Amino acid sequence: MWKSSRLGWRGNSSTSDRWSGVDGGAAARSGMNQKKTTSAHIEFIDIAKTYDGGTMVLPGVNLAIGSGEFMTLLGPSGSGKTTCLMILAGFEMPTSGEIRVNGESVHKLPPRKRDMGMVFQNYALFPHMTVGRNLSFPLEVRGMAPGERARRVGRALEIVRLEGYGDRRPGQLSGGQQQRVAIARALVFEPGVVLMDEPLGALDRRLREELQLEIRSIQRELGVTMVYVTHDQQEAMTLSDRIAVFNEGRIQQAAAPETLYEEPATEFVARFVGDNNLLRGTVRAVDGELCSVAVGDGLVEAFMVEPLAVGDSTVLAIRPERVALSPSIEYSNSVAAGVEDMVFQGDHWRIRVSVFGESDFFVKIPNFIGQGGILPGDRVRIGWTTIDCRALPASG
Amino acid sequence: MPARKPHSVLQSRRWLGLGLWLLGAAAAGQTLTLVSYGGSYGRAVEQAWVEPFMAETGIEVRMEDYNGGLAQIRAQVETGNVFWDVVDLTTPDAVRACDEGLLEFVMLADLPAAADGTPASEDFLPDSRSECSGGGLVSATIVAFNHQQFPDTPPSRLEDFFDLERFPGRRGMRRVPIANLEFALLADGVPIDAVYATLDTDAGVARAFAKLDTIKDEIVFWEAGAQPPQMLADEEVVMTTAYNGRIFNAQVLENQPFTIIWDGQLQETSGPGIVLGTPRLEIARRFIEFMSRPESLAAISKYISYSPTRHSANAMVDSHRETGIAMSPHMPSAPANMKRALISDWLWWADNGDEMNERFAVWLSR
Amino acid sequence: MAIALKRWNRQALGAALLVAPLAIFVAVTFVAPLAAMLVRSVYQPAVAEALPETLAALAEWDGDSLPDEETFRIAGAEFVALDERRALGSVATRVNRLQSGMRSTLLGTARSLAAETPAASWREAMIAADADWGAIESWLAIRRAGEVITPRYYLNALDLDRGGAGEIVVQPEDRRIYVSLLLRTLLISIAITGICLLLAYPLAWLLAHARPRRAGLLLLLVLVPFWTSLLVRTTSWIVLLQNQGVINDLLVTLGIVAEQQRLALIYNMTGTIVAMVHVLLPFMILPLYSIMRTIPERHMQAAASLGASHWQALRRVYWPQSLPGVAAGSLLVFILSIGYYITPALVGGRTGQLISSMIAYHMEQSLNWGLAAALGGILLLLVGTLFFIYDRLVGIDRMRLGG
Repeated sequence: MWKSSRLGWRGNSSTSDRWSGVDGGAAARSGMNQKKTTSAHIEFIDIAKTYDGGTMVLPGVNLAIGSGEFMTLLGPSGSGKTTCLMILAGFEMPTSGEIRVNGESVHKLPPRKRDMGMVFQNYALFPHMTVGRNLSFPLEVRGMAPGERARRVGRALEIVRLEGYGDRRPGQLSGGQQQRVAIARALVFEPGVVLMDEPLGALDRRLREELQLEIRSIQRELGVTMVYVTHDQQEAMTLSDRIAVFNEGRIQQAAAPETLYEEPATEFVARFVGDNNLLRGTVRAVDGELCSVAVGDGLVEAFMVEPLAVGDSTVLAIRPERVALSPSIEYSNSVAAGVEDMVFQGDHWRIRVSVFGESDFFVKIPNFIGQGGILPGDRVRIGWTTIDCRALPASG
Repeated sequence: MPARKPHSVLQSRRWLGLGLWLLGAAAAGQTLTLVSYGGSYGRAVEQAWVEPFMAETGIEVRMEDYNGGLAQIRAQVETGNVFWDVVDLTTPDAVRACDEGLLEFVMLADLPAAADGTPASEDFLPDSRSECSGGGLVSATIVAFNHQQFPDTPPSRLEDFFDLERFPGRRGMRRVPIANLEFALLADGVPIDAVYATLDTDAGVARAFAKLDTIKDEIVFWEAGAQPPQMLADEEVVMTTAYNGRIFNAQVLENQPFTIIWDGQLQETSGPGIVLGTPRLEIARRFIEFMSRPESLAAISKYISYSPTRHSANAMVDSHRETGIAMSPHMPSAPANMKRALISDWLWWADNGDEMNERFAVWLSR
Repeated sequence: MAIALKRWNRQALGAALLVAPLAIFVAVTFVAPLAAMLVRSVYQPAVAEALPETLAALAEWDGDSLPDEETFRIAGAEFVALDERRALGSVATRVNRLQSGMRSTLLGTARSLAAETPAASWREAMIAADADWGAIESWLAIRRAGEVITPRYYLNALDLDRGGAGEIVVQPEDRRIYVSLLLRTLLISIAITGICLLLAYPLAWLLAHARPRRAGLLLLLVLVPFWTSLLVRTTSWIVLLQNQGVINDLLVTLGIVAEQQRLALIYNMTGTIVAMVHVLLPFMILPLYSIMRTIPERHMQAAASLGASHWQALRRVYWPQSLPGVAAGSLLVFILSIGYYITPALVGGRTGQLISSMIAYHMEQSLNWGLAAALGGILLLLVGTLFFIYDRLVGIDRMRLGG
């Protein structure tokens, strides 16, 4: 149905296949299923950045992003994730270190030669151009023939479901539509990498969720390497193949969302990703990957994320939904707790209990179980398995 | 009733105050506004005329400067809002203003006689005043040069102003046709008494402009009388046309190395007139009477080298107040300076000024 | 409801009262004089009012041969009567503009007629007093000076005139001045606007996108000359540029220019352009700056990430967005420069004079206010046209001048 030889402008037929001039939107979308081959893999090697020569914004980042991977840089504001993105895009120079794309250093390349599409937080659409001209801009500066330009712009608009909007001005579109145009513009020249800097930050929740899914599916279909910056861990979870969690300029952990959730490597990750109960204690005994930790007046069995020695301080992380009320015998940890407070959350109950002298320990109970006739002030037993209780090295 | 008494006293005081205020206002109305050209000439006017007049009459005089021309006078007369009383005018301007009904007539009979009883009508130089002017001064547009620039053979004749070969360097010239056209013809060999007759023909005007063409690229134009001495001092030009009084003042007061060429100079007269419709006509006439006295006219020569337009006053010319230099040799009317002087034909200029100005503007822009 | 209405009325009245001083000020100092000048450029009743009978007699006259004895008598009597009222001078000045020499012809004849009333032929007496009365041109000039509504000044302002039969003819070459001067004014103004734009654009960019503290300092540097007296600025250029000035001295000292070949940097067109660019530069910088501040820097990054070179990003992305500022600044500078007077008068010399010098000359020296008004009217028309084009292209509401 498509003829790659007619369409390829890079002289790379496999690239052109992704954009081949298919008539009809549905067919076009299915045509996207072609896995791409030109997406790039990226390496951050000891990237350090300081603005004043003293304070290190990035003390030394190492990160590898695979070809076609959706990598999210997640962290609170000021954690260095945006600086990383800007260094990758070429808008800022690292103080030291090196960025490699497909194994080659891009250190000396200006942004325009890095072949990276970028989507900015406030869209950065050019207000004096129509949507169509915005999209054709990157093609024009590459000297593409008008016919081919029009075809690609049309395709890009189809991808973001804005067919027929080509003649509008950005100012005439809603925020969501503008962001779709921005995404289309970052994709239309088929860059090896697409960078997005908090692209959904200005949108309301519903639109954000809708666009998240859309970005996800476009990236999957095109197979382009994506580096996405956000401070919203929910968004990161939804979108990413892998997430690099940033704090104070350092990558705390870079892993798939499930891994981050199930196996947080640091106290920061445990706290930042998902809901978690954190208990401070001291290692009393070590047995292979397991250890006993004294917390308050109790003793807890836990799984060690990295080797700890007897006497070390540690932080235990236990997900609220992994804590059982009135635990059965297979739960290795079982302690008495006092119910402080309970909140109905629709799909679950969130119960605050006091345990080991701490009063902000949460337990999540699925709604179908009901709250089991528990009332604030009751004494209950709670428990969890050893594998769900992770002993992390205490930070600071 | 007793309560009213202090009130009425207070009221009468208030009326007294108002009366005093009105008197003050009337007195303020007796301030005469005299408009002149400012600069060193303005200072001479102040010292020779204004200060003695105030001392004699007690009438306050306020001085204002302007750059010549009739625009402001016309605007004041046309709008009926006259706030200038006496204005110093060149004779051609005075003639035009008088014709156009912008000035009060000044009758010769009203002007003071000479000390020996010669009536004013016989004492004034011929053609030296308009029917609306008081006694005045003779000045000359001359060519002056910086003699440091010509150490060996200094220029000595009007022709030298147009001789770029023997006297290279830039020339200063006022941006008006008056004087320049006359100089061009004189330098081109037209005899003194044939200048205006020549200018009356198209060929004569063309001849004057053709002569000006020969130095056109070297001309730096000036507008205000204070500029040419400055241009000479800055060596911006090596020779310039100028008013003789300004060059004299630069010579004696600033010791500038300037020399005046008394050859082919254009002699002009000026004198003050009274703006038509001034509410201070009476004191304006008193001022004209005062400054038209021979001794008043002669007094100016203590400060600047402009000679009086009255024979009797010329005899009183003395020495420069500040330096003690004898003034007679520096006067435009000095016999030694008058050997080849051209008297400006203000009538010709009144008739042809507009056309010449237009042609001059065309010439400038080419 | 009634109370609300009353309150609204009172508010409207209050607002009107607050605006009134400004409105009156503008009307008195701007609108009225402007209107009066424009009226003057076509409406000149002075001669018609002064010589009603002469003009009535001349209206019958064929214009080919000398007027008849009766016309001579009416005119002569009217001249004498006018001169007695001191009103002939201004008439003479006006006629003289159409025919040089008529001033003294009119005044002299009036005086000789007053001295001795002709016993027999007025015609012979007047021709005897001044031979000009024997020339048809003299009478044509009087007739034309008597036109109340006249396009003469606009014709003159365009170097045109009317021939004997009233047809429009081009002035002889040695009287053609205004068209070339107008063209030169336009050319110099365009040059000044262009140079201002070239200089102001990068500077405004720096101002708009530098860090706040540095931007503040730069803005101050732009504004300090703006606050300095125009005369001081212009005279300082004289000090710098004149033949014996700082720049020439420097060039001679450095041996770049020989002593005898000092550059003519002032009292010519160069001087006018240099000094006026300096004087008008802030009027370009400020509108540019205020527009550029609204252009996000992200747009340049976005363009770069899309593959545009610096030049492409500037030309395709930044420049179009800065156009309202470019247009506003250019319009402002252009309009200011075509009417500029003081600076060219001081540093323009012979070749750097603009049309304003002729307007000033006719206002102050020749007192030909009709012609001055017509020249001003042409400038006004020019500016108006430009404004109209600007409004069509950019929209006046998009113009921003500062802040």
